[in-house]
Amino acid sequence: MNAITARGVSKRFGRLEVLRQVDLEIPAGRITGLVGPNAAGKSTFIKSVLGLVRPDAGELQVLGQLVNGDERYRARIGYMPQAAHFPENLSGAEVLAMIRDLRGPGVASDTALLDGFDLGPQLDKPIRTLSGGTRQKLSAALAFLFRPDLLILDEPTAGLDPIASGIFKEQLAAVRERGASILLASHTLSELEAHADDIVFLLDGRIRFHGPVTQLMERTGFANLERAVAALMQGGAA
Amino acid sequence: MRGARKILGYQLRDIARNRWVIGYAAILLLLTEALFQLGGDGGRVVLSLLNLVLIFVPLVALSFGTLYLYNAREFIELLLAQPVGRGAMFAGLWGGLALPLSTALLAGVGLPFLFRAGSTTIPARSLLVLLGTGVMLTLTFTAIAFLISLRFEDRARGFGLALLVWLGCAVVYDGLVLLVVTIFSRWPLETPLLVLTLLNPLDLGRVVLLLDFDVAALMGYTGAVFQRFLGTALGLGIAGLALVLWTALPLLLGARRFRRRDF
Repeated sequence: MNAITARGVSKRFGRLEVLRQVDLEIPAGRITGLVGPNAAGKSTFIKSVLGLVRPDAGELQVLGQLVNGDERYRARIGYMPQAAHFPENLSGAEVLAMIRDLRGPGVASDTALLDGFDLGPQLDKPIRTLSGGTRQKLSAALAFLFRPDLLILDEPTAGLDPIASGIFKEQLAAVRERGASILLASHTLSELEAHADDIVFLLDGRIRFHGPVTQLMERTGFANLERAVAALMQGGAA
Repeated sequence: MRGARKILGYQLRDIARNRWVIGYAAILLLLTEALFQLGGDGGRVVLSLLNLVLIFVPLVALSFGTLYLYNAREFIELLLAQPVGRGAMFAGLWGGLALPLSTALLAGVGLPFLFRAGSTTIPARSLLVLLGTGVMLTLTFTAIAFLISLRFEDRARGFGLALLVWLGCAVVYDGLVLLVVTIFSRWPLETPLLVLTLLNPLDLGRVVLLLDFDVAALMGYTGAVFQRFLGTALGLGIAGLALVLWTALPLLLGARRFRRRDF
């Protein structure tokens, strides 16, 4: 079964075509890096998968379930947005309780990241007193917390210090080890090179490459992902 | 609606600790208390509060309502990425805003009266109508605020429009009505004026208060028209119903937009 299947997904915002006939099958149990320049359609694709954006055409399946307005499939997804914003006057513990509450009774719990970041002492303070980095850690811990089958991470390490970033990557590997699928949008290509199994390269709303990292390097003739992706950008379709 | 209740619960906790909402309650409390200190008896204080409620409540509901929704945007996105339906989300958000604002109004205006429950005569009926109208205006104008901020992506434009709506309802509208009355003074204006009043929720609130306080002739042309041609009971009923519609309509439109939009 695929983690994500897209068939002919198109989306336009006004005159701007953000996704053009995207066909994509992201296999389960792998770490898939989503790369592309700004405004390539990465966020719109992620938001379509989450049901936040409704495509104009095409269909999406997530973990075998059709995305059609029914919210239940999202119980199996953990999402970490690019920027973490929480209600200023709630404490971290209250935010965690709120999301847990929304996910319903009997939801599984994986506190490895919460413990790894040592967030415990910060959880009782109001969010407004927390630093940007701490909020980012809370956001990451939240995405991992309910043992999701699919993790969707949008620039997860952008605001993390090197130590936190290391802990985060360990957990990424652990989650993949237990069979979960991970979609990781990132501009930090060295990071993807080290952790991603596959790469999806988006440009102007189209998929220009999808395959294992090694295949991308072979095709472009560069032994480093940064250069390989640069070659893709310059050459258009690979 | 279980999802809506859960969201509502946490929103309430967040907003009840919001310094602006606490400040709003405190200002109302101070003003009401000041009116008492200045030597007013209960009846006069209620009458003085009348205009305050009509002007101040819609302003707070509109401005705080739009800003609140703009500020909560990223968090709404995160919540919608959870297994939560959009209808439940919308209901929880609106309730989570309208309820604390209403509570702030009830506490701020009501407490000074409550303190004096034994010592002075309190016009209980007038006070209840005042508070009820204030709550109704809170519901209406928070619903309009939600509709505005869902309609306009740009927060400066949305906030500007919210202020314009307030200015229009509170100030400009009266002037326009007066203008109409002056220009068309030779024609029978009762029906057009009734219709004009129904078009402005703030004016409706005024009509309800004035009719009930039986001072309709003192203030405003539309209030007098309402009383003369509909009688107090029917006038109150129609004005009240129109206010309910003014809450329901923006809410339904807002919910529809919330369900369909992209985040």
